[in-house]
Amino acid sequence: MRVFEPIIELSKGLGEVLRSFLFEKTVTYQYPEVKREVRPRFRGRHVLNRYDNGLEKCIGCSLCAAACPADAIFVESSENTDEKRFSPGERYASTYEINMLRCIYCGFCEDACPTEAITLGDNYELSFTDRKQAIYTKDMLLLPVKAENMLTPQKVEPKVFTRSVPQMEDPRD
Amino acid sequence: MTTKQVNVTINGKTVSVPAGITVVEAAKMHGIDIPVFCHHPKLEPVGMCRMCLVEIGAPMVDPKTKEVVMENGAPKIAMRPKLETACTNRVFDGMVVETQTQKAMLGQKSTVEFLLTSHPLDCPVCDKGGECPLQNLTMAHGPGKSRFIYDEKIRLDKQVPLGELIYLDRERCIQCARCVRFQEDIASEPVLGFDERGRKMQIVSLSEPGFDSIFSGNTTDICPVGALTTADFRFGARPWELSAESSICTQCPVGCNTTLNTRREAKAGGDIVVKRVMPRQNEEVNEIWLCDKGRFAYHYAESKERLTKPMIRKDGKLSRASWDAATKLAAEKFTKNKKDFVVLASGRLSNEDLFNLKSLADTVGGKAILYSDMGGGDVTKLVGVGAGTNIGKLGKEDAIVVIASDLYEEAPIWWLRVKQAAQRGATLIVANPRGTKLDKFAKHVIRYEHGDEVKTVNDLGKKNKIADEFAKAKNAIIFYGSDGLGVNGTSALASACGSLLKETGHVGRANNGLIGVWQRANDQGAFEMGFEAEADLEKALKGKAVYIAGADPVGDDPNLAKALKGAKFVAVQDLLETATTEIADAVFPAQAFTEREGTFTSGERRVQRFYAAVPVKGDSKPDFAITSMIAKQMGVILEGSSVRVVFDLLSNSIEAFADLNYDKLAETKEQFPIVGRSDMYYGGTTYENVKGLGVQLLPMAQVGGTVRIPKVRKEAALHPKEKEVLAVPINKLYDFGITVSSAELLEQRIGETKISMNSSTAKKLGVDVGKNAKISFDGVSGEAIVNIDDSVSAGVVLVPRSMGLAIREPVVAKVK
Repeated sequence: MRVFEPIIELSKGLGEVLRSFLFEKTVTYQYPEVKREVRPRFRGRHVLNRYDNGLEKCIGCSLCAAACPADAIFVESSENTDEKRFSPGERYASTYEINMLRCIYCGFCEDACPTEAITLGDNYELSFTDRKQAIYTKDMLLLPVKAENMLTPQKVEPKVFTRSVPQMEDPRD
Repeated sequence: MTTKQVNVTINGKTVSVPAGITVVEAAKMHGIDIPVFCHHPKLEPVGMCRMCLVEIGAPMVDPKTKEVVMENGAPKIAMRPKLETACTNRVFDGMVVETQTQKAMLGQKSTVEFLLTSHPLDCPVCDKGGECPLQNLTMAHGPGKSRFIYDEKIRLDKQVPLGELIYLDRERCIQCARCVRFQEDIASEPVLGFDERGRKMQIVSLSEPGFDSIFSGNTTDICPVGALTTADFRFGARPWELSAESSICTQCPVGCNTTLNTRREAKAGGDIVVKRVMPRQNEEVNEIWLCDKGRFAYHYAESKERLTKPMIRKDGKLSRASWDAATKLAAEKFTKNKKDFVVLASGRLSNEDLFNLKSLADTVGGKAILYSDMGGGDVTKLVGVGAGTNIGKLGKEDAIVVIASDLYEEAPIWWLRVKQAAQRGATLIVANPRGTKLDKFAKHVIRYEHGDEVKTVNDLGKKNKIADEFAKAKNAIIFYGSDGLGVNGTSALASACGSLLKETGHVGRANNGLIGVWQRANDQGAFEMGFEAEADLEKALKGKAVYIAGADPVGDDPNLAKALKGAKFVAVQDLLETATTEIADAVFPAQAFTEREGTFTSGERRVQRFYAAVPVKGDSKPDFAITSMIAKQMGVILEGSSVRVVFDLLSNSIEAFADLNYDKLAETKEQFPIVGRSDMYYGGTTYENVKGLGVQLLPMAQVGGTVRIPKVRKEAALHPKEKEVLAVPINKLYDFGITVSSAELLEQRIGETKISMNSSTAKKLGVDVGKNAKISFDGVSGEAIVNIDDSVSAGVVLVPRSMGLAIREPVVAKVK
C-alpha cells in the first residue's frame, strides 16, 4: 500500500491548510493598507506632547539630550514671555532636533524628561532618502493641536504660567 | 602671612598646616572636603549656612596644673559638646577634627534638608544646573526625602532683573551672602544687600541703575545656587554641553586669563560659537575674577560684519579677489613705494603678528607705528615690573603710585587688586587732575593741573612727606596712564616715572617698576617688538603706502581719514568691516583671537598664550600669515604657517624673550585656593588653569643691562584764550569701540557721549547741564551731553576717547 501513502500524507497536509483557511484567524496584515496596532510599551518615533491648552510640555532643559546614549538629540532653549508663550515657566525649547539615524529607541529620553514632554510614540514608519531627512525638527515632533488658537506661541494672561515643572500631587515615583 | 605651622588631626590623619587658617582650608589642603556654601576662600568667614558642621576637640588641660592631661602617652582629647562650623574655627596646635562621624554627618544632612525646604528645585530650567554646589552637596550629603510640608514652600516671582546684566531668582537663594560680601569686601561697591529677615530674607539691589558694579558677573560665579545668573548666558546651554578652551581677555592690558565656553548654535547656522566667557585662575594676574567688560563684551568676534574674503579696489569699487591676487597687488604697491612704506598696527594683534609686521617693515626699510595715544614703551622695557611681580602680595611697607590713570575705567582688575593692596596696608598714592574712584582708598591724593604731570613725578623724588614714604617703601610700583594725555605727554611722564624709580632703587626686582596702563591688550607686546607710538599720525600717514592691521583710523578720527585719503596705497587687514576698509585699496580678512592661537604681553609684561576655541570664519587667515603672504610676494621670507615657529624666531631675535619658548608659557603650578574641579562649592565656577600661567619678561634693569632712561622734552603747555577751554581725553570702560559696542547687552552701560566740566566752567560757557552742547576742536566737531564733575579744574573739559569725538591729546576747544 505504499502507493497510497503519499496521497494520504498529501491530503492530511491539504486538510490542515483547508482547516486553517476556514477556521483560523489570519496572522498577517495587508501592510500598508492595514496597520497593526502596537503593544502598549512599544517604542516608536518620538512625539513632543502638549498640555490641554496647547502649551508645549517641553521646557528645553536638555536632560533628554544628556541622557541620550547615542547623542541623537540637540536642544537649544530661549526665554518665554507672557506675550509669546510656548510653554509654562521661563524656558522653552527654541530648537529641538532628533537625528533618527542615530536614535536607538532606548527610551532614556522619556525617563529623563521632568515634564513628560517627550514620549516614544507608535510611529515606526521611518524611511529617508538622505541623511538630512533623518533629522526631525520640533515642528515635526510636536503633536498637532485641536484648534487654531491652541498653537504656540500663545498670548496668555500674565503671571499664570510661572512654573516650568508641574506640581506633582503625589511625588512618590 | 605667617609661616608658623601647627599640627591638626583631621579624621585621624595628623597634618601640618599654617597657623591661623580655618579648619575648612586646612582640610582642603590635605584633600579632605568639608561641604560649604557660605564659606569662600577669598572672603572673610561668616558661618551663615551651617553646612560645614564638624566635631572639634582640643587637648584637655588640667585647670589646676594648667598642663595637658595625658592618657596612654598621648594628650587626652576633649570633644566639644556641640557641632561647630569648620569655616569659622581657626586651627590651633593639637586640634582634633572629625568630619565623618555619625553626629557630624547628621548635622550636615539636616542642614541640606533645611535649605531645601524653601528651594524651588527647578534644576531643569536653572542655568546653574549641572555646575551647582547645592545640587552636588545634596547628592553627597542630603536626605532622599524631605519631612517638610510641600505647601509651606516660599513662592516668589521667578526671575527679577537685578540690573540688566544679572538676573535674580529669590526662591533659589540660600542666603549665604557670598554676593553681598563679594561686593562689599572685594569689589568695595556695596550695591547688594539683604531685605526682610528669616525665611523671607532676600537679596535686593541698592543702586540705581540696578546692580551698578563692573564686577557683577563674579557674583554669578561664586553664587552656590542659581539665584544669580547672567543675562548674557541666560538659557544659553547646559553647562555639561559646553566645551572649554583657554584664552586671554583682549579688552585691556591686564591680560586676565579666561576660558571660552563654546557650543554649536542653531542661530549661527550650526556653527560653533562662544557661549560665555569665564574667568580662569591665575593668582598673579586676575586671581579668580573677571570684570563685566571682559565677561560680556566678547561678541565682536561673531559679528555679522566680519570680513570673510579678500578684496581689492577695481574701478573705484571694492570687489572680491583671490588671496593670491590681493597679496600680489599689495606687494607690488609696497615694493614700488618702499621709501614711503608705513605699518600701522594696534595692540589687538598678538606678539607673533606684530613680530612679522615689524620684520617686514625693517626689511623693506619702512616705519612701524603702534596705533595708540600712549607712549613710553621704551621705558617699560627698561624698568618695567620685575619678574615675579604679584600685586596681590603687596601690603604693608609697599607703595603704589597711580598717576594720570583712572584704573577703574581702564583696567578694572588692576583697580581691584591695587585697592586691595591699599586695604592690606600698602601706601597708595593717587595723582590725577580730577577725582577718580581710587581716591577714597588712597593714603595720599595729589591733585595737579593738566600739564604738570612730570613736575608731580619729579616732586615725588624731592624731599617731602609723600616722597619720603615712597622712597622708603620696600617695594614700589608706578602705574601711569593716558588720562588727560596724548603720546607726547605720556612719553614724558613715562621717562619721569622711570627716572624716579631708578633713583629710589625701585627697579630690577619683583614687585618694583613701571606699569603702563595701555589702551589695548597687547600694546606692551608691540613695544617689545619695536613698534613706536607716533604723536603726529596725520603727518606720518599722509602720502605714504600704508599697511594697517587691526585698527580703524578712518572711523576714529576725521583728520586721519583725510590723511589716509591722500595716501599712495592703503592695505587693511581686520576682523570687521570698518570705515578704514571702505577706503582701502586692498582688504584682508583676519582671524579673531577666538579662532587661532598666539601670545599676548600684558601690561605687567607677562607673556601668555591663548588657544583656538572656535572654527575659522570664512576665508580668513591669522594676521601673521597674511603678513607673510604679502612679504613672500615682495621677496621677503617670513614664517606664515606655525605660530610656534614664529614665536621661536621671535625669541631668537628679541632679547627680552630670549629665555622663553612656547611650551614654557603653557606650564602651570599648584595654586591656592583650589578651584574649578568637581568641588565647585568651594571656589565657584571659575576654571582651573591647566593651559599655562604665562611667564613674566625680565626688564633690562633686572637682567643687569645698562638702564638709560630716554630724555623726553616736555611740550609747551597749551593756553586756551578767552571763551576757549582745554579739552583733555579720558578713557571710558564701555565705549563706542568696536570690541565693546558689538555686545547688545552693554548698550545701556555704554550710554551717550558725555563731556565733563566743573560747574563754574559750565556757567562761564553758558551750557546747560544734562543737555547737548556743541564742541569743536582741531577739525573735529560734534555734540555731547554736559556732565558736571566739580573735581575737574576750571577751564578744562574732559572728552572721552572712542565716544564719537576724535581726541588723541589735549587740545584747545570751543564749547557752545
